[in-house]
Amino acid sequence: MTKNKGLSPFFKGLRDGLPIGAGYFAVAFGLGIAAQKTGMSPLQGFIMSFFNHASAGEYAGVAAIRSGAAYLETALLILIANARYLLMSTALSQKLSPSLPFLHRVLIGFGITDELFGICIAYPGFLDPFYMYGAFLTTTPLWATGTAIGITAGNILPDIVVRSLSAAIYGMFIAVIIPPCRTNRNITIVVLVSFALSWLMSVIPSAAAISEGFRIIILTLVISSLAAILMPLPEETEEAE
Amino acid sequence: MNRSIWIYILIMSLVSFIIRVLPVTLIRRQIKNRFIRSLLFYLPYATLAVMTFPAILSISENPLCGAAAFAASLVTAWFTKNLFLSALLGCAAAFLAAIVL
Repeated sequence: MTKNKGLSPFFKGLRDGLPIGAGYFAVAFGLGIAAQKTGMSPLQGFIMSFFNHASAGEYAGVAAIRSGAAYLETALLILIANARYLLMSTALSQKLSPSLPFLHRVLIGFGITDELFGICIAYPGFLDPFYMYGAFLTTTPLWATGTAIGITAGNILPDIVVRSLSAAIYGMFIAVIIPPCRTNRNITIVVLVSFALSWLMSVIPSAAAISEGFRIIILTLVISSLAAILMPLPEETEEAE
Repeated sequence: MNRSIWIYILIMSLVSFIIRVLPVTLIRRQIKNRFIRSLLFYLPYATLAVMTFPAILSISENPLCGAAAFAASLVTAWFTKNLFLSALLGCAAAFLAAIVL
């Protein structure tokens, strides 16, 4: 991933971020299509995506806005949908020089996404903050722009196209959860149980009366807690990288 | 309505910021608790699966459009592991289903 020895960490980051950013643009377009249904403006979409840069979290937020969820419910939902960043942020804290100033730590934390976390963890030795800033600059602006353009397109494209494009965000979620099922049986169980219970709760009248946001919160917490109790990860060995 | 969307965005951004920044600035040791580690491991799969199904069935009035997209994305993701292809073929399947049905 880092072959050109001559490049400064910042430019390496810009370069490694570019293919990620291209993917972000496409997915953010799909997110924008979903966000458009809430009456969100392209500018609002851009700002939402720039500061959140999280597909699942933003989609959850969009669903909350669409259903007119309470603000507290929305906050809880974002907390659950983005909880994995707690873990990534913790892991990244191990990749930083102990002398790294507070402001750099804040900026690195703010920049975390699944993909940037991936390339930053793979960075040799302590993470150079400027590597991450470079990668951030070729990814997050494309994510935010893609969202804004998706909202605009949702407003002008014919209905049948917009409806078809709304499948994009789900296709992306599926591409995140399905491939690990090929090698990890526990994840397969979690995914199948989640599909099944989520469907059940949408058809049982008393459960369907609960708002979409709280249904996601309750189901996620119950299913992943049970999975953590019944199928815990192996005891911690030394962290393998 | 317009003002409340801004408040939603503000809340979302604040929560996302706190989640990302707190651990990297405060925690300097690894999480050892087995339950917490396992919970954080399974959480993304549960939340994404719950958000996907059955919500994907309501992208159109006819649930078969969403079902077609669901099937196409599942198969594509399983065989290619490609995010973009999985999204693209899901959309294509939904579009074809909408035309045919």
